[in-house]
Amino acid sequence: MSKFKKKTKADTNIPTSALPDIIFMLLFFFMVTTVLREQTILVEQKIPQATQLQKIQKKTLISYLYIGKPKNTSLYGSEPRLQANDVLINTSDLVLWVNQQKDNLSEAERDQIWISLKADRDVKMGPISDIQFELREADARKLMYASVNKVEN
Amino acid sequence: MASKRGRMAQEVNAGSMADIAFLLLIFFLVTTTIASDKGIMNILPPKQDPNQPPPEVELNERNIFNILINANDDLLIEGEFRNDLNGLSDEIKRFILNFGNPDEDAIALFNSLPPSLKGLADQSPESSDHPMSGGAVISIKTNRGTSYETYLEVLDLVKKAYFEIYGERVGLTGEEYRTLSGQTPAEKELMDRGKENIPMAISIAEPDKTGS
Repeated sequence: MSKFKKKTKADTNIPTSALPDIIFMLLFFFMVTTVLREQTILVEQKIPQATQLQKIQKKTLISYLYIGKPKNTSLYGSEPRLQANDVLINTSDLVLWVNQQKDNLSEAERDQIWISLKADRDVKMGPISDIQFELREADARKLMYASVNKVEN
Repeated sequence: MASKRGRMAQEVNAGSMADIAFLLLIFFLVTTTIASDKGIMNILPPKQDPNQPPPEVELNERNIFNILINANDDLLIEGEFRNDLNGLSDEIKRFILNFGNPDEDAIALFNSLPPSLKGLADQSPESSDHPMSGGAVISIKTNRGTSYETYLEVLDLVKKAYFEIYGERVGLTGEEYRTLSGQTPAEKELMDRGKENIPMAISIAEPDKTGS
């Protein structure tokens, strides 16, 4: 009998001395993967869904364009607007913007620039095709329609 | 006396270390947005020279798979009104792989296809001539009032048809082919072999201005 009693008396404490290390490991993971957003998005962004998504391996080559209805409709109206960096721009300024983005890249990568078009799903094709026309003018012909993976229902 | 004091302050109290780390962890958890750089890739055509008229490309009507989307998001596919997109991807696959009027190179291409794709390859004279360059083109024409979502949905299905063909040629599923990164020589070789002689011919026409 005494043998059983001994067993129940066994130490039930979980050693917690390694807990800070585990937490630190998680912390470092999130610190490394975090991309702090340096831009405030001024337009609505409901990214459309699609299935045939591909990934660009080199993220430095990507420049982002946002298009959608402005969030602040009293200031910017309700028509879809284009946002580049931190400001709303007109489609006619797009060539200039593309050239600025190209200047940020190194000489060899300049013609490999990808434009990621983050368009709201309620935008019509009119503004989109205007953007495509300007991008052709600016010779930035690699375009990616940003979309999220479709959830099969 | 001095030696005693020194021994006492030897250890730092590390009990609250976990709490501090937790606090930081929660901060980063909340602020993290795992950036998703995924999307449908598209290469735009080169810009037009205003002094030069666009080159006239002679293409037979049967070599073009017409997809029209109007301002109400109604679809007209090969002259036929559609309500939904069911089965469109398979139709496009059949259209691309049709060998209606093959030349010698196209016959060589046909013989190199795996049996599963040969089964899909008809020889209907009304459909496209061959899958090679200048043989089969998918044309998507929208209106300025077409919604971006519908356009992307159609483009998605066209891409799907191509990726499935490419994948099948190298013994992968369309999904596996699509996620190849091309970073290792082996993957690059697979990618090149998949799309060899079957270029992705998707033509996106300038949208109509009427009814927007």
